[in-house]
Amino acid sequence: MTEEQIRGIVSSGLLQIAPEADLTGLVPGENLRESLDIDSFDFLNFLIGLHETLGVEIPEADYERLISLEDILRYLSARLG
Amino acid sequence: MGEFRMPSLGADMKTGTLMAWRVKQGDRVRHGDIIAEVETDKGLFEVEVFEDGMVEQFLFQPVAKVPVGTVLATIRSEKPPAEAPGAAPSGRVKASPAARKLAADLGIGLETLQGTGPEGAISRGDVERAAAAKEKPAEKAAPLPPEPQVVAGGLQAGMRRAIAAAMSRSNREIPHYYLETDIDMSRSLKWLTAENQKRSIKERLLPAVLLIKAVARALGEVPELNGYWIDDGLRIEEAMHIGFAIALRQGGLLTPAIHHADQKSLDEMMEALRDLITRTRSGRLRASEMTDATITMTSLGDLGVGKVFGVIYPPQVALVGFGRIAERPWAENGMLGVRPILTATLAADHRATDGSRGARFLEALDHALQEPEKL
Repeated sequence: MTEEQIRGIVSSGLLQIAPEADLTGLVPGENLRESLDIDSFDFLNFLIGLHETLGVEIPEADYERLISLEDILRYLSARLG
Repeated sequence: MGEFRMPSLGADMKTGTLMAWRVKQGDRVRHGDIIAEVETDKGLFEVEVFEDGMVEQFLFQPVAKVPVGTVLATIRSEKPPAEAPGAAPSGRVKASPAARKLAADLGIGLETLQGTGPEGAISRGDVERAAAAKEKPAEKAAPLPPEPQVVAGGLQAGMRRAIAAAMSRSNREIPHYYLETDIDMSRSLKWLTAENQKRSIKERLLPAVLLIKAVARALGEVPELNGYWIDDGLRIEEAMHIGFAIALRQGGLLTPAIHHADQKSLDEMMEALRDLITRTRSGRLRASEMTDATITMTSLGDLGVGKVFGVIYPPQVALVGFGRIAERPWAENGMLGVRPILTATLAADHRATDGSRGARFLEALDHALQEPEKL
């Protein structure tokens, strides 16, 4: 899976939770949950969505590595690679 | 002969709009069945019937805005007649929530429109086209009783007003007292981490589930906080329906009830929470969930808040607030360490309870969270 495809899936998952979000307006490194107002319930649903689409099960211990959009893309690329 | 009335979904609600029937005339209904959809200032709700019988007659057709208490349908409790001649069956018209709202605002009956959406559903565009095509709005399907209150500014403004009314009444009438306590969450989080490691991602539990269960456990020890202040007296409720504050993305909040929180296992609680949050945010709450909370709980930890001093939702007599779980210095047995600490607060009605009972509640809450395996 290409990086662009992963980005598309992640963006789609985020927009399902925060339909009003402008993902292009995110500053690189920005804390995604704070910027998009994603609570722990939404975040878990987002991860469940990624699991269903990509087959990647993200353990809780890895949550702290998923702060910005870039973090998430990098993490998924590594896991899928 | 039973009557199905426009329910009151909050002390501040004066009118509601019947948006759809979910049954047909002649249908058999049972206690708890959802038979209608009603829109209020706070959103769209599914409304249950509270008796067994047959839907005899609809007195109003969607979309109709009526005062609280208005009889919307008659329910016949005995055996249904073989035929109900002349009774026009009224199936639910498929339409998006935005279309229903706009149609109601413009006085256009949805049944007069041709939908262009999926499976013929009526979209907002269909309503706008119909409105533009007509010189004057169509007659509503049912006569409207006098309308004392015009909701301007849409759902958003309506919800703001509803919150304003309830909270103003609370601060006006309820002599609040506030207590807070810091709770060491080490044991709870350790247990939760170990538990979640054993589970697939879909079965994982959130800390909020432990908190709700712990509140229910503590209420068992201090039942005076679970109930209502009505007619100058405290009415303790046996059932524990915990209202859980859920923020909406577009602003505002709702506090639907998690029914019988004390009787649910942690898995059942997680499922109930997931279902409730999803339906709250998609506008599919049931009327009973909006009316029968016996206490409210709010958690603002996700937003980084340290502690919450809540405003009680009348006629309830208590609100439990949780801040974020954060690492803080913690002294125990003469040793200083760093622990994940949660500040829990209680806002309680001093007419109903005194500080000592409130303190007992927070102590029981702390105790429950030190034994997560028993929750």
